[in-house]
Amino acid sequence: MTRRGNAEARVKFGIVVFPGSNCDHDAYHVCKHVMKQDAVFLWHKDADLKGVDVVILPGGFSYGDYLRCGAIARFSPIMKEVIRFANDGGTVLGICNGFQILVEAGLLPGVLLKNASLRFVCKFVHLRVENDTTRFTNRTVRGEILHIPIAHGDGNYFTDPETLARLESNNQIIFRYCTVEGEVTEEANPNGSLANIAGIINATGNVLGMMPHPERAADPLLRHTDGQRIFKSLIDHFVPGEHAFAETGAERR
Amino acid sequence: MKTVYLSKIRVTLRSSILDPQGKAVEHAISSLGVGNIQDVRIGKYIEMKVNAADEAAARTATEEVCRKLLANPVMEDYHFEVEKLQATE
Repeated sequence: MTRRGNAEARVKFGIVVFPGSNCDHDAYHVCKHVMKQDAVFLWHKDADLKGVDVVILPGGFSYGDYLRCGAIARFSPIMKEVIRFANDGGTVLGICNGFQILVEAGLLPGVLLKNASLRFVCKFVHLRVENDTTRFTNRTVRGEILHIPIAHGDGNYFTDPETLARLESNNQIIFRYCTVEGEVTEEANPNGSLANIAGIINATGNVLGMMPHPERAADPLLRHTDGQRIFKSLIDHFVPGEHAFAETGAERR
Repeated sequence: MKTVYLSKIRVTLRSSILDPQGKAVEHAISSLGVGNIQDVRIGKYIEMKVNAADEAAARTATEEVCRKLLANPVMEDYHFEVEKLQATE
């Protein structure tokens, strides 16, 4: 839905809270206080999405990463609603553990294996935007490089060759790990991901999963604001036009 | 009458998937000085008790749990055995 022409219109973000989520408050803070939108928490035992426009599955270690990352969260009551919402075209953003939950839930193809290094990797990486026509990236430019941190032990994207070919030909690979110059190289790949994949979208363009944390690079107080681009894209998708958050960033470009 | 069965389940990474954990253990084994060890693969072992009318029903239930939860077919295979424990009411 769009609400063009209504200066007061805001996007309503819903942040799912699983036991073990630990980036839920960061996501809430960015949506509510940095981007100046509406935000609510959605408890994992509830079955009500409270009329949100965007569901965020935040980072963390839902259910202690037991069995496999995201495997248990996928069966929580709220996920039934999230899956229904996504299948009806609703917008869902899965960040880090949220991406793992989305693949376990079958909303995105593939799987996230243990990092090739076997180490938990926590650092800033460079991401090349591969598709700027999605609702998550319409405020970016194809080929531009975003500086956003990762923090995960299981971010090594894998899928079968047929699925990879389909993702490539449908432009469903949204972000790839790259060098500061934007080259997609093995050295720039922090976890062994197939084709340097850092984020993918579903075929219908409404569900995005990404390992990097845009919410950790959004508040100008922390200097890095490239992550705002994802949130701005979403806000622009729902409420095209100028927004109050224009004041929030001394952005680099 | 229902019977209690014990399902013994092994979940292993599919052969097409690299197993860095297995590789690390393989290197440790070679540091240990034990020779003739190769292709170390690490998996999971899961046990659960199943109340079922017969072994076929116990196998069906185990199969469903494996397929839907215990293994992710994108990266894992599963194998299980079902063993009769005791009859109950």
